[in-house]
Amino acid sequence: MSAILLIEQVLNGLQFGVMLFLMAAGLTLIFGVMGLINLAHGSLYMIGAFAAAWVADATGSFTLALIAALTAAAVAGALVELVVIRRLYSAAHLDQVLATFALILIFSEGTRWVFGSFPLFLDIPDALSGPVTLPGGIQYTLYRLTLIGGGLAVALGLWGLTARTRLGIRIRAGENDREMIAALGVDISKLYTLVFALGAALAGLAGALVGAIQSVQVGMGEPVLILAFVVIVIGGIGSIKGAFIGALLVGLTDTLGGIFLPELFKLFMEPGAATQTGSALASMAVYILMSAVLIWRPTGLYGARA
Amino acid sequence: MIAERHINAAVLIGLAAVPLWAVWTDEPFTITLATRAAILALAAVGLNIALGIGGLVSLGHAVFFGLGGYAMGILAHHAQTFSPLDLGPLTIQGTKSMPVIWLTAVIASALAALLIGLLSLRTTGVYFIMITLAFGQMFFYFAISWNAYGGEDGLSIYVRNGFPGLNTLVPIQFFGLCFAALVVALVLHWRLRASPFGLALNAARQNPARVETVGLDPLRLKLVAFVVSGAVTGLAGALFADLNRFVSPTMFSWQLSGELIILIVIGGVGRLMGPVIGAALFVALEHWLGGLTEFWHIWLGAVLLLIVLFARGGVVGLLTGKAGPHV
Repeated sequence: MSAILLIEQVLNGLQFGVMLFLMAAGLTLIFGVMGLINLAHGSLYMIGAFAAAWVADATGSFTLALIAALTAAAVAGALVELVVIRRLYSAAHLDQVLATFALILIFSEGTRWVFGSFPLFLDIPDALSGPVTLPGGIQYTLYRLTLIGGGLAVALGLWGLTARTRLGIRIRAGENDREMIAALGVDISKLYTLVFALGAALAGLAGALVGAIQSVQVGMGEPVLILAFVVIVIGGIGSIKGAFIGALLVGLTDTLGGIFLPELFKLFMEPGAATQTGSALASMAVYILMSAVLIWRPTGLYGARA
Repeated sequence: MIAERHINAAVLIGLAAVPLWAVWTDEPFTITLATRAAILALAAVGLNIALGIGGLVSLGHAVFFGLGGYAMGILAHHAQTFSPLDLGPLTIQGTKSMPVIWLTAVIASALAALLIGLLSLRTTGVYFIMITLAFGQMFFYFAISWNAYGGEDGLSIYVRNGFPGLNTLVPIQFFGLCFAALVVALVLHWRLRASPFGLALNAARQNPARVETVGLDPLRLKLVAFVVSGAVTGLAGALFADLNRFVSPTMFSWQLSGELIILIVIGGVGRLMGPVIGAALFVALEHWLGGLTEFWHIWLGAVLLLIVLFARGGVVGLLTGKAGPHV
């Protein structure tokens, strides 16, 4: 167990966490402002990835692919909000869960219909491929490093947006008291569509960025969606700061647990059994973390309301 | 508008009549479909105790379904390989006897429900939905990575388990067992809802603060409901595993938890027969639409969306003209 391996795994965990943050930020904004549980957020992630893979295949440009991912996911998000989600704001959580579960079925099977069941591939752009040497002589993939940097930049931008701009003030006001800002003359339904499209665009961006290191296929959104839910529940639903901290916690726990738990168990068990117990426990680690946080603080780390 | 009790009687008679008619016309596959519907209905009747009466939206009920399934899988696996299950000080022989398996499934899932309920009922609303989902995922990933019982590939059981006095290999006899279990669970739900406990639980869903002021503990009411609910769903899991003679981690998947909720909502939340109608329609849709197009989930999604948006109260709500049960 060398220091280099440890640093590499920490970077992997950070990269995973930062991508989870892109998903979780949209989810937590949508819940915070509209009070809506959106299970279909993973479908927007998938739409972003498919749009990127398709455009990259047609044009060969990764930049165009990213723009396509952002646009496709934002448009899909805005459409879904206008047609379906809008009717669910006053509904019970049960109805929201079901309607957005229905949207998952429609989006997943629709994508399978159009693109088929075989995965698509999205290549890392040449300028970002290959390793880079970090101080201390550690070799690390440039693309993953760019993801960490890009994700942190988006997080900073999102913080600037909510803390410094008029739109951000309206979003925060919407979280506190919807009726009041509607009474003050803000077009609340336009604000809702905008927030939903923004969240969708972030999910689409994450899908496209991650799509380049994994395969792009139907159903890729659901595992990420569930982890993003774990993230926002740990952070406290509605809090962007909580989502950021939660995302890094989950990303690091998941990545480091998979590597180090089997090693840890080898200290006092025979290797075969240790690997099995360790990897079984590692795959459950983030959920154990979440339950522990919720038992300790039933509304998450930075959550204000249930 | 039709009275709910007439709908209830018609549904139950219909579910029993279809397989009998299939015996008459010699179509064993229809019996299998009806058995599948009865078992899914049983699982959803279990969930309906927590969801319908107690208002607990559990997105992790697949845990109990899966535990029931693995209780059957593990016991039957040890019986068919003639290797006793070694639990340190305790050695258990495997078994192919359904009553023993059912009892194990019910106890295991009730214990799991007690533990999960104790931990997660402290939270409410979205947090409860999410923590139950997280427990579901925990069991799912555990089952995938636990290689002793097949891991991701699951476990195959070669011969269906036996029930004293019956030949369970005959489809209609196995259907009869599942149907009987369903009827028992329905009677349980019906009696429970009318009992003082059910009334208190109903009140705890509507206004926990008032329930507390009259000296009842809403948390305890919900916990008992959650445990009973989990036990019934666990029994359904054991039957489902016996129907397929196969268990795999997909029995723990969150999609299954979602589908159980779907069954209830299609039929009508909190309605006695809601889950039965939902399961029957689900299996019928799955069979017919699945035969027409590979992409039948799109249409399932569309139907579901229409029900949520325009037909609150599900099928029973539409037929009786009342969106919710009278409680």
